[in-house]
Amino acid sequence: MASHEIVESSKTLRDKYAIIGVGETPYSRNSGRTTRHMGVEAVRNAMADAGIRANQVDGMMSYQVMDSTPSTTIAGDLGIRLNFHCDIIGGGGSIETLIGMAIGAIEAGMCETVAIFRSMNGATGRRMGGTGGGGGRRVGANALFGPIYGQASPAELFAPSFMRHMYEYGTTPEQVAHVKVFHSWGASNNPRAYYSERVTVEDVLASRVICYPLHLLDCCVETDNANCLIVTSSERACDFRQTPARILGVLGRMSKPRSDMHLQHGPITRVGGYYGQERLWNNAGLGPEEVDVTGSYDAFAFTTLLQLEAYGFCEPGEGGAYVSDGTIALGGRRPNNTAGGHLCEGYTHGINMVIENVRQLRHEVDDYCPVGPDGHRQHTYDYSEGGCRQVRDAEISANLGWTTVNVGSALVMRRG
Amino acid sequence: MALEGQYMGMQLGIPDSDPENLAFFEWCGRHELRLQRWQSNGLLSYPPGTASPWDGSTEHEWAPVEGRGTIVSYCEVHHAIHPAFKGKTPYLTLLVELDTQRGAPSEHEALRIVGNLVTPEGELAPLESVQRAGIGSRVRIVYLDVGDGFALPQWTLDTESEQPTPWRYPGS
Repeated sequence: MASHEIVESSKTLRDKYAIIGVGETPYSRNSGRTTRHMGVEAVRNAMADAGIRANQVDGMMSYQVMDSTPSTTIAGDLGIRLNFHCDIIGGGGSIETLIGMAIGAIEAGMCETVAIFRSMNGATGRRMGGTGGGGGRRVGANALFGPIYGQASPAELFAPSFMRHMYEYGTTPEQVAHVKVFHSWGASNNPRAYYSERVTVEDVLASRVICYPLHLLDCCVETDNANCLIVTSSERACDFRQTPARILGVLGRMSKPRSDMHLQHGPITRVGGYYGQERLWNNAGLGPEEVDVTGSYDAFAFTTLLQLEAYGFCEPGEGGAYVSDGTIALGGRRPNNTAGGHLCEGYTHGINMVIENVRQLRHEVDDYCPVGPDGHRQHTYDYSEGGCRQVRDAEISANLGWTTVNVGSALVMRRG
Repeated sequence: MALEGQYMGMQLGIPDSDPENLAFFEWCGRHELRLQRWQSNGLLSYPPGTASPWDGSTEHEWAPVEGRGTIVSYCEVHHAIHPAFKGKTPYLTLLVELDTQRGAPSEHEALRIVGNLVTPEGELAPLESVQRAGIGSRVRIVYLDVGDGFALPQWTLDTESEQPTPWRYPGS
């Protein structure tokens, strides 16, 4: 077990902050728009969702990989004067990190309410699966330990950990493929999903090999889109129109030992999130068994599996069984990425998985169920194609953010 | 002296301001594997760094290390992302665990090096070799000269070692 001392004071913030608004643009592979244009739309949608005015938002944060528009531009467009803003470099795992930092900023008295966005032309702009992190013609010293060997994309970078998991634990291609299959079930009930067709294990295994152990359908779809969520104190949350999603615990960007090159310190199959397990559940005041719905980051089918193991949803080595036995499917004991995640809904570096869980906790995630006399969707809990995706009585959610094998973040929320 | 090289159409360079990486690749240029041995704890480390990963101390020497090890994981690339590798598929990226300092200073630690499976001459391995290697395969280091006094370490199947039946991705 990780030998970190748990910071007792972090528990005092449990429940005191909440997400009050969420919004996004459509997911596409040809936005034809700037990240500024999309970012403004997403933030405006989240503000409308919360029922909050421009003069009630005074903080803004974003994350990007030198591919987006800064907070100052988006805030200016929306008539928001900022008491605090911060744009950070990073992809996956950043949204949980920023939610924690937003709480810190508010707690420090720097501002009251923070809109956090990610706006990216992930398909038509900078592509992670394009030349990734090191495909240039001029190669510096750091690239001489990986990219020079044709280990340039996230798939190629993460594959050794995935492959080793198959070797050590007998994890099968069929088990891993179930992640895509079950996420596609959620996507089929989500009109926003870029890929909304249900797929089978056979479809995944018949898709072309990108790099063993990953087939095309084991990899996420790169899309153009912007997403936003709004964080404020639980006291202030009551002033707005939505049921808040209260934050029980949050972790940002913890790493494995030897973060300079994590493979030096195994187990090779272990991911950064493992080292946050104890801290996360201690801060949240509950354990994985009490979680109703998860958002385990699916850059690849395998990242979902490894993180569910890391945070104790199953034992190390049992991830293959856990993701394939129906637990994570709609209608299962603990569905994962019910909107379809990065494999199906769209690629946002994690924020859409948090947004989906906020809607799950509101009990307002459905898009196809009939609208009742009270104006709300009446959940059928019929999870067949084109049907319901609301998890029955969802009270607790957990998001497990993936940066790399080496680094992860997490967020536990409750209905509010 | 700064190193400059060329490999598969890529310009490689290590400036004078980067002494650790410079030293590592200068030794490779002499076809020797040398790693930093830290005076404070006697341990070897990889990749080159500014301080000992175990205690932050900086005193070290470049100690000779045997270039033999075992493939502990790999990736078989069929859709090349790096432009230089288009047309070279399938190729293997390897995670090689050196025999030296395996399981030290703690159980899960080892000197693990990324590279490709290549021929003894340093060319990316042909299909029949790619399909013969996997987890457990024994490999030895070879050096591919990429510039004046500058070489890349690569790995080839070790014909002097007994080769176990390697583990490969099911059906591949």
